[in-house]
Amino acid sequence: MAVTVNDVEHIAALAKLEFSNEEKEKFTHQLNQILNYVEKLKELDTENVEPLSHVIELSNRFREDKAESGLTPEEALQNAPSRTEKFFKVPKVIGEKGS
Amino acid sequence: MKSFDAIKSELASGASTCESLTREYLEAIDRAKHLNAFLSVFAEEAHGQARAVDRKIREGTAGPLAGMVVSIKDVMCVKGHRVTCGSKILEEFVAPYDATAVARLRKADAVIIGKTNMDEFAMGSSTENSAFGRVKLPGDESRVPGGSSGGSAVAVKAGMSTVSLGTDTGGSVRQPASFTGVVGLKPTYGRVSRYGLVAFASSFDQIGPLSLTARDSAAVLNVIAGHDDRDSTSATVPVPDFTAGLNKDVKGLRIGVPKEYFDDALQEEIRGAVQKKIDLLRNHGAVISEVTLPHTAYTIATYYILATAEASSNLARYDGARYGYRVKGAKSLTEMYTRSRSEGFGGEVKRRIMLGTYVLSAGYYDAYYRKGQKVRRLIKEDFDNAFLRVDCLITPTSPSTAFKAGEKMDDPLQMYLSDVYTTSANLAGIPGISIPCGTDRQGLPIGLQILGKQFDEETILRAADFLETSG
Repeated sequence: MAVTVNDVEHIAALAKLEFSNEEKEKFTHQLNQILNYVEKLKELDTENVEPLSHVIELSNRFREDKAESGLTPEEALQNAPSRTEKFFKVPKVIGEKGS
Repeated sequence: MKSFDAIKSELASGASTCESLTREYLEAIDRAKHLNAFLSVFAEEAHGQARAVDRKIREGTAGPLAGMVVSIKDVMCVKGHRVTCGSKILEEFVAPYDATAVARLRKADAVIIGKTNMDEFAMGSSTENSAFGRVKLPGDESRVPGGSSGGSAVAVKAGMSTVSLGTDTGGSVRQPASFTGVVGLKPTYGRVSRYGLVAFASSFDQIGPLSLTARDSAAVLNVIAGHDDRDSTSATVPVPDFTAGLNKDVKGLRIGVPKEYFDDALQEEIRGAVQKKIDLLRNHGAVISEVTLPHTAYTIATYYILATAEASSNLARYDGARYGYRVKGAKSLTEMYTRSRSEGFGGEVKRRIMLGTYVLSAGYYDAYYRKGQKVRRLIKEDFDNAFLRVDCLITPTSPSTAFKAGEKMDDPLQMYLSDVYTTSANLAGIPGISIPCGTDRQGLPIGLQILGKQFDEETILRAADFLETSG
């Protein structure tokens, strides 16, 4: 199941990344190398094994629904690359293909 | 280089003050600038804190860590200071609050001296992946200090802070501790709150101390461990006094030696050095037995599927909208996202986002991600089985000593394999500690790893302390 340059382009689009042709070639090679290595998991029969998503015993944790102070709007906006009043400002969204 | 114990007796006798110690550390940081261990230094603030601690010492109200000067890996929030994660994408980001671990250190009267350099977003095993330049190994600057907490390890080794807080997702505290010859402790998953720690792989990440002695790591863990309402994955398990179990013998301690960790990939001198310590423990009454962890050969593959999947999801937040680097002049939202991320992230981070996105993508999820989660269970069960018979395990920390800068940068798989003995603890959620274990022929430090049961840091600290104090 070798990864092609086309696959790399598809994955890059999903991950919102872009690469030069040279980088695409390099990533295709390196991803294949890593995926080849990872193939070894297929040797294991895991038919009856439950997937493990959390290593310690956990259950939902509830606490009282009590108001606490958090960041002020000003603090929350202090790292904004662009803002207007109390809002984050981004380029126009409406009308954009695929968004 | 002074351990916290040595500092405490100096403070008690009046031979030094917290302020004079802080000055010494700041001078050491200045002298060792070329090692590139620090990304920011809080000179003035640290002096202010130190004076306040001295006042408390005089008044008899000082906290348990009074006199300890701590550096923090630049992946944890310290209020009012930058947290770059070694990345261009967060170069200008200023933390609006303290991470819980940092807040607890402060409350215990530790002085925070600055932030240490690291592999970008903690992804790497050599601290070469920092957007702000690589960290150099003290003593042989052509070599790497390990990673990703390389700056923290060097800060402790070169006397630039008493201890340092690092993070360990696949070995990032233990492997640099091994390469530089200091102690590095990865607590049980959930032992320390991750609030204010920038996420890499949320089911693996854990904050842990690097220090000169096991006792110092125990003292730090005493303060930072314990449940936090702000991290629902932080455990509610009671926190013992981790220093209380130290200074004990090892009579009757059942120690397992997993044969898979002594394979052909292991550097011969490391095998010999670790074996010597095993013999020493046996001679002092520990019960040594060989154990098997049959799925060891699958740990790196499992780790790199699951950790990159989690990373690709966690790092989706860097989109240039609310914080972090934003490219100028983007005409659309998608263009802003794509170009900001592409210019802001470095090569290794992009590689892992790509791999993680691939294993989570339609058609591959079952073959990779789900398969990885199943094998993770098998790996965890290996440890569960071993711990039915033994109290802890002894292994080498890394298959080699510190390697040359540049040596593995073009071969990601080789770089990943340097974590072959450490990722298993993160997969199984168990605690592990790396302690110095002599040097190889070139004088490079060797690390020995002790792995314990979940929430049984006491046993591995006790064994580590014993080895440290009995030569």
